[in-house]
Amino acid sequence: MTAPTTEHRHIVVPPGSVALRIENLSVWYAAYQAIRDISMVIPERSITAIIGPSGCGKSTLLRALNRLHDTTPGARVEGHVWRNGVDLYAPTTDPVWVRRHIGMIFQRPNPFPKSIFENVAFGLRVNGYRGTVVERVEQALRAAALWDEVKDKLHTSALALSGGQQQRLCIARALAVKPEILLMDEPCSALDPVATMRIEDLMRELAKSYTIVIVTHNMQQASRVSDYTAFMLAGEDRIGELIEYAPTREIFLRPRDRRTEDYITGRIG
Amino acid sequence: MTGTQLRTTVGTDTEFQPRLPLRRKVGAVFGALTVVAMAIGLLTLAALIVDVVRDGWTVLSWDFIRSFPSRRPSEAGIRSALIGTVYIMVLVAIIAFPLGVSAAVYLEEFAPKNRLTSFIELNISNLAAVPSIVYGLLGLGIFVRALTLGPSLIAGALTLILLILPIIIIAGREALRAVPPSIREAGYALGASRWQTVRMFVLPVAMPGILTGTILALSRAIGETAPLITIGALTYIAFTPKSLLDPFTVLPIQIYNWVSRPQPAFHQLAAGGIIILLAMLLTFNGLAIVLRARLQRQIRD
Repeated sequence: MTAPTTEHRHIVVPPGSVALRIENLSVWYAAYQAIRDISMVIPERSITAIIGPSGCGKSTLLRALNRLHDTTPGARVEGHVWRNGVDLYAPTTDPVWVRRHIGMIFQRPNPFPKSIFENVAFGLRVNGYRGTVVERVEQALRAAALWDEVKDKLHTSALALSGGQQQRLCIARALAVKPEILLMDEPCSALDPVATMRIEDLMRELAKSYTIVIVTHNMQQASRVSDYTAFMLAGEDRIGELIEYAPTREIFLRPRDRRTEDYITGRIG
Repeated sequence: MTGTQLRTTVGTDTEFQPRLPLRRKVGAVFGALTVVAMAIGLLTLAALIVDVVRDGWTVLSWDFIRSFPSRRPSEAGIRSALIGTVYIMVLVAIIAFPLGVSAAVYLEEFAPKNRLTSFIELNISNLAAVPSIVYGLLGLGIFVRALTLGPSLIAGALTLILLILPIIIIAGREALRAVPPSIREAGYALGASRWQTVRMFVLPVAMPGILTGTILALSRAIGETAPLITIGALTYIAFTPKSLLDPFTVLPIQIYNWVSRPQPAFHQLAAGGIIILLAMLLTFNGLAIVLRARLQRQIRD
């Protein structure tokens, strides 16, 4: 799977400390290959955006980073994802442990059908939190900029919240267990512009202490919030590949690859 | 354990006690328990089938199927019971299915959600739990006596329909409820009436689930003995019913009759009858599963 690519690729290696080192990653769904031979470095305490047209394998790549494909029947991953010298795909690595440290926010807000408090407390309980759960729930809700809106109704159903609030609750829920990395799969696509703005502000705030990888369809969003941007595209064979990876300014102002330029200027995709 | 290598942020694991090895073990134990539960069900069924086949294998022959029951075991067959069961099942299926599905559609799609409908819903669930002998007494009172149908095919079929209607209605409602509201909204948004939306979009999507429930209900009906004996189905008949008003018998009654005889030869006949009954049940279910699979494919492709 490490066949050298014929075309020249523009894939930078970000300076500074490394959050994740993705190495020759390929994913199959049964016989169908979704992404091929992706290698890139995700820098720590920053926001990395993955953009590209529908079907290019953005979400597939994202879900490979916390071993979520393990739960999909028929899905198969080859390659490595390194974090601090540990291969997340080593046979000895427990996927439950991986996901505990690499949280995920999904496209549609998916709060549990329980109270706001219980949504945040769940992760603490399953992971045996030693501190005071009530305090940690409050911290997490504050960190997700939701506390002021829900502090008087913590024990009402999470499903009664608005879409934007539900999504911030999901972020609070992920933050509660103190992950190091947050994966976000189009976290704003079901939200209105105001709610989207609040999530983006929150992401900038969180990037001071967390590493965020976000998949987005929205190029303005990628250019607004991210430090690095990866452009993916599926070729003739419909298998997604990494085309270009650079600091976000570079990608949007001086794309090196013709296909990246076509995409960000709206000529394809 | 292995996972601790992943720890990177200072302080993280003084705050959490994930006890991963323990959780893995608990998960493995519960996983094993589910396998045991499945195996118990499967092994019981396998033991039953092996036992019955060993007892009844020898009596299985074309003559066994073709002959009427007899006092002499060597000449006895299941003709009248087999034909009675086929008639009854066909009658039950063609009447109970549309009735049950219509009732489910009404309750789920048309009925206003008020106290009356929730009262009705509650009682349908209750009806599903009523012992079958009670339906037998009801059938005896209404169909056999009040409507003077006598212990006839149609009285037996109607009694079994009463018995399985609640099951079909409940399964149908569950299937309808599982259809995403977005499908209904899409129909309404195109100007379709409620009935058009239900018929063209909601019912097709719900149909595989409805069929599953109907299969289970029919499987229950095919094995019922008590309510049919209650309404007066004969345990011994040497003719086949010619009309809906003729007396009848069914396989479970014939089996019951043979099992209660003292002679071992009749017990073998009973085992033979059970094999035929099981074969019929599997055929019925197989047909329904093929139908369901075809419907599911239609929805997906």
